[in-house]
Amino acid sequence: MSDVTPPAPRPEEVGRAGRFLFWAGIGLLVLWVLVPIWFLFVNALSAPSEVTSFPKRLWPSFDMASLQFFWNFQGVTRALWNSVKVAVLTMILSIGMGAPAGYALSRFDFPGKEFFRVLVIMTRAFPLPLLALPLAVMFIRTGLDDTVLGLALVHAMLALPFAVLITYSLFSGIPVELEEAAWTLGCTRFQAFVKVVLPLALPGIAASAVFAFVISWNEVFAAAVLTIENRTLTAFLLQSLNVSPLPLKFAGGAALVLPALIFIFAVRKYLFAMWGIANR
Amino acid sequence: MPRALPYLLLLPASLFLLVFFFYPFGLVIVESMTRGGEWTTENFSRMTGHWKFSSAFWNTIWLTAIVVPVQLVMALVMASVVQKLKTGRSGLLYIFAIPLGISDLAAGLIWLAIFEQSGFLNSILHAMGVVDQPRLFLGYQSIWVIFLAVCLAEIWRATAIMMVIIVAGMGLIPKEYNEAAEVFGATRWQRFIKVTLPLLRPSLQTALILRILMAFEVFAVVVALGGTTLPVLMGETFQWQFQLQDRGVAAAYAMVILGLSVAFSLVVLRLLHVPKGARI
Repeated sequence: MSDVTPPAPRPEEVGRAGRFLFWAGIGLLVLWVLVPIWFLFVNALSAPSEVTSFPKRLWPSFDMASLQFFWNFQGVTRALWNSVKVAVLTMILSIGMGAPAGYALSRFDFPGKEFFRVLVIMTRAFPLPLLALPLAVMFIRTGLDDTVLGLALVHAMLALPFAVLITYSLFSGIPVELEEAAWTLGCTRFQAFVKVVLPLALPGIAASAVFAFVISWNEVFAAAVLTIENRTLTAFLLQSLNVSPLPLKFAGGAALVLPALIFIFAVRKYLFAMWGIANR
Repeated sequence: MPRALPYLLLLPASLFLLVFFFYPFGLVIVESMTRGGEWTTENFSRMTGHWKFSSAFWNTIWLTAIVVPVQLVMALVMASVVQKLKTGRSGLLYIFAIPLGISDLAAGLIWLAIFEQSGFLNSILHAMGVVDQPRLFLGYQSIWVIFLAVCLAEIWRATAIMMVIIVAGMGLIPKEYNEAAEVFGATRWQRFIKVTLPLLRPSLQTALILRILMAFEVFAVVVALGGTTLPVLMGETFQWQFQLQDRGVAAAYAMVILGLSVAFSLVVLRLLHVPKGARI
């Protein structure tokens, strides 16, 4: 996993002007990423009257009224809770099914292996949120419509290809020899997996679980199509967009962004391994 | 048992793919071509006959055509800049990667905070003395501004994913290639064009396919910034499924998005094809 980091840069002869441009460019790119998020949080941390007033200040007044208004708004806490439930279920489902498949791909040579791998990669060429349309009908028939589980199943479909490919590269990075050594010392295949491979793979698996969580947390289209009463936060915000006042929108936006920021920070070490390598 | 083990490990994921990927896609194809239980092309003629179809189609295409190339260049610049850095590389990478964890809905709300009438763009213009009164940017009178805002929000949100894939790809290119080119007197630009870019093709492939598909699925950003004023394919799909309760036409829209996604994936695969022997 660690061989993913790019090679160290070599010292280069850069002129003073060039160096200034280089750092100015970096500064601009950093501002380009951070300033819009800053604006959202300025709005979320200001009183509703400030949010709708003009002109705006570039610094929040740290008035919690907007957030309180959002928190007490009809249906918000429930939507938040639903989002968490769906995301946790997605995490469990996608890792529960994806990790065994990833392990099988990394450790065995068997007929049909390449077929399965290509199949998983191929799912990427399909717009997966569209699956929500036919599944809406299927769920009504099976009683899964408008349930947390139903939506989690669709989100698990979104996260499964990543889970398979990520755990595949994760397990491939753990030498087979370690497992073989455990076998010769009397471990069964299962024991060797639990005692040797799992501890080594666990941080990576946890990171990909967090990733599945974020995929579900952020998903809008399927959530909006499949839920009516049990809306997730994204579905709730989307469907109340044209009726809700600005402070509600921005506080809601901030509530969506904050957990994602924290999670991405938590798995930052694995970002490149997961997106970069698993995507090849 | 040992021979069956890999298949057993793959079983849950395969079954899941079957039920939640292949079956629903079959359903959506059938649904798009039937109406009231009979085979017909009426869904498609209704779709193309609706006045919003052609603008939804071309808006989506133009959005993709503008956003993706800009992002590709930005992602390459960001990745190259990060490669050069001696210190602070991981911090900078984290900042660049932040939008990766942000939902498209949240990204739309973030840019709404900038573009709405009492928003930050108006406030800044006011402070600079460009405008006296806040201007209405996101109205139906100026659809092109909504289009521009959507472009900016999309570029802001989804450059990170391309950057991460490209950075990981650059990490896999052996240093020796670049050093050899340097020995032969290639300038930095020549090395980038003739060495780095060709070796980066597999990563570019993935990045472009993922990104183009996301662009065809653009939905929440557009809704957050312009409601239904700026029609796009995914937004129309949602409208037909939800507001107009016509699943046949929604399925027809889904087929258009699906067709575009598969077609463009194939084009990218073909354009950036890497022969098996030339891979690193």
